[in-house]
Amino acid sequence: MKHTISVLVENHFGVLAHVAGLFSARGFNIDSLAVGETDDPTVSRMTIMAHGDERIIEQIIKQLNKLIDVIKVQDLTEEETISRELVLIKVNATSAGRSDILQIVNTFRAKVVDVNPHSLTVEVTGTEEKIDAMLELLRPFGIKEVVRTGTIALARKSELTLKKEKGESTKAQSASKEKE
Amino acid sequence: MIECLKKEGVEAIFGLPGGAILPTFDALYDSGLRFILVRHEQGAAHMADGYARATGKPGVCLVTSGPGATNLVTGIATAYMDSVPMVCITGQVATSAIGSDAFQEADTVGITRPITKHNYLVKDVRDLARVMREAFYIASTGRCGPVLVDFPVDVSRAKTEFVYPKNVDIRGYKPTLSGPPKQIEKAAEIILQAKRPVLYVGGGCIASGASAELLEFAQKTGIPCTTTVHGLGAFPETDPLSLRMLGMHGTHYANYSVQNSDVLIAVGARFDDRVTGKIDLFAPKAKIIHIDIDPSSISKTIPVHVPIVGDVKYILRELTGLVKKLDIDEWHEQIKEWKKKHPLKYDQSGKQIRQQYVIDKVGELTHHDAVVTTGVGQHQMWTAQWYGFRHPRSMITSGGLGTMGYGFPAAIGAKIGRPKETVFCIDGDGSFQMTACELATAVYYKIPVKVAIMDNAHHGMVRQWQELFYNRRYSASELGPSNPDFVKVAEGYGAMGIRVSEKEEVVPAIEKALKHDGPVVLHFVVAKEDNVYPMVPTGHALDQVMDMA
Repeated sequence: MKHTISVLVENHFGVLAHVAGLFSARGFNIDSLAVGETDDPTVSRMTIMAHGDERIIEQIIKQLNKLIDVIKVQDLTEEETISRELVLIKVNATSAGRSDILQIVNTFRAKVVDVNPHSLTVEVTGTEEKIDAMLELLRPFGIKEVVRTGTIALARKSELTLKKEKGESTKAQSASKEKE
Repeated sequence: MIECLKKEGVEAIFGLPGGAILPTFDALYDSGLRFILVRHEQGAAHMADGYARATGKPGVCLVTSGPGATNLVTGIATAYMDSVPMVCITGQVATSAIGSDAFQEADTVGITRPITKHNYLVKDVRDLARVMREAFYIASTGRCGPVLVDFPVDVSRAKTEFVYPKNVDIRGYKPTLSGPPKQIEKAAEIILQAKRPVLYVGGGCIASGASAELLEFAQKTGIPCTTTVHGLGAFPETDPLSLRMLGMHGTHYANYSVQNSDVLIAVGARFDDRVTGKIDLFAPKAKIIHIDIDPSSISKTIPVHVPIVGDVKYILRELTGLVKKLDIDEWHEQIKEWKKKHPLKYDQSGKQIRQQYVIDKVGELTHHDAVVTTGVGQHQMWTAQWYGFRHPRSMITSGGLGTMGYGFPAAIGAKIGRPKETVFCIDGDGSFQMTACELATAVYYKIPVKVAIMDNAHHGMVRQWQELFYNRRYSASELGPSNPDFVKVAEGYGAMGIRVSEKEEVVPAIEKALKHDGPVVLHFVVAKEDNVYPMVPTGHALDQVMDMA
């Protein structure tokens, strides 16, 4: 099953290498990874998409928690989340196909951001499913290039913030709480 | 840097100088800190590791950039696998030269990332004191491990006001000590109903300093106790509740007990493949309670019924308060029968010296009180089986990474940490030659460690596997024709060397070595073809034991 894991990390060099190294060293697969600074410039948020059975995902989360530079980890899979991906698609566009493409663009509420005599570049945001569906429809025209940002996601209700808590850390607590 | 080490109360530093770390060595020169100059950086890492395991305090190494750092790698990986607290300081080329393939440059933090608990590259001297404080804190708390600090030469020349931080506050690292009370209560309930309970104890119990708590818990409940190779000494093997070691080369009765248990209490142990045998068939009837400080150890290889994350010492104390003597006489009878039917044994006939005999005698003559280190292989397993460990921090061995050459330098480090105690390294002819150059270190610093080389003229464990599983095709496992005269090697370095090739010479030779106030190399010419039994071959369940005919 596919999981979306949100990770708050220290925003300094080497952290991404640590996280990526963890996945490769333990044979876990990353489907996508998006990183960016949060509102607090000392903290970055990584959104990691990974798949595996429950035990693998549990290990991924525990191993992430173990890294010193990882501040908090949240598995968003079971939460109600908003997730988005941004994609640029360069598609072949002859005069004959152009209007069909524009119709698809409109249906998906995407936009054309660049026009060439032989191609159009389309920008689309949305969930992974929406983007996959759009790619499927554009494929017959001939897709020249695609770039995807990887999914970013936030939980709708709960927050993963740096709020200070008394006593034990949330990292330790969440570890012990499991299966209680 | 030197001030930081003083603040941390460092007693000894192991290392070897070089260009990029010279400013630090210059400061070390008249600092009053004790420095042990090794012959190869791997030796420094193992000495720091041996020191740490013997004392519980972090071991410290100081080496140069590039090859200095890469030579540490095996030692760091060894410590990482066995959760040993260590702080390694490596020189680095100047910050302006990093990435330019400069002389003696290596990406040390990159290379050591997967084998350290954490590592740092210090780019600004104003960060140094905080980094050092954090390094010692991270190394020695939670599940311990090595931490590396990479220290560019220009940063080490820079000046700043020295303010050592009092507290450490790392937002991503807050190790937990106390376990959740509900889980502890749940565990106690299960234990109280157990009919065939077993304690399975690992190195975490020793790291936590919980041997007294363990003994109290076991004696109060009457639960028998087996240990892993790193758990040896956590529970006295002289106690009637002891089942000795379990796993691939564990006793029949330890393995049978685990396989037949209805409640298995894992204490600071990680269900390693050498312990569990075929994982799907491990302890099939047992409810498993797992006490461990590292959340990621829980349910990593095997599903656990009651996980308790926290410090073993604290949790055992809580748990002892909630339990009482169990009514499990039948279980004790069963175990007694297994013990009687399948004791540890070896062939005592014949003139050849058997390693088991030598180790048994070393145990007797040191009253089972010595600090023992080993290399890796047959002699290591026989040491685990035959020495008779009674005290925590008395078995120092590379059980995780399985690093040959670990034993001798680790013994030097252990002796420096505990100078009043006898430190005996039981080594193989193969293992010893991997780090034998440290004889120079032992002689120069007058560190009176005793080394017993079990010379079977082979990589014995490799030979054993080739005999059993590769149709006796002894590919590259014979050392005999190329082995040196170990007595001359010892004497060449200025140590005492004693060759023993007759059985009746074994005891007098050990006695002579123990009396001599200096490093001694005992060269035992032992049986060439002898196998470690009992043995559970890879891929089998723990109760599918092979033994000698």
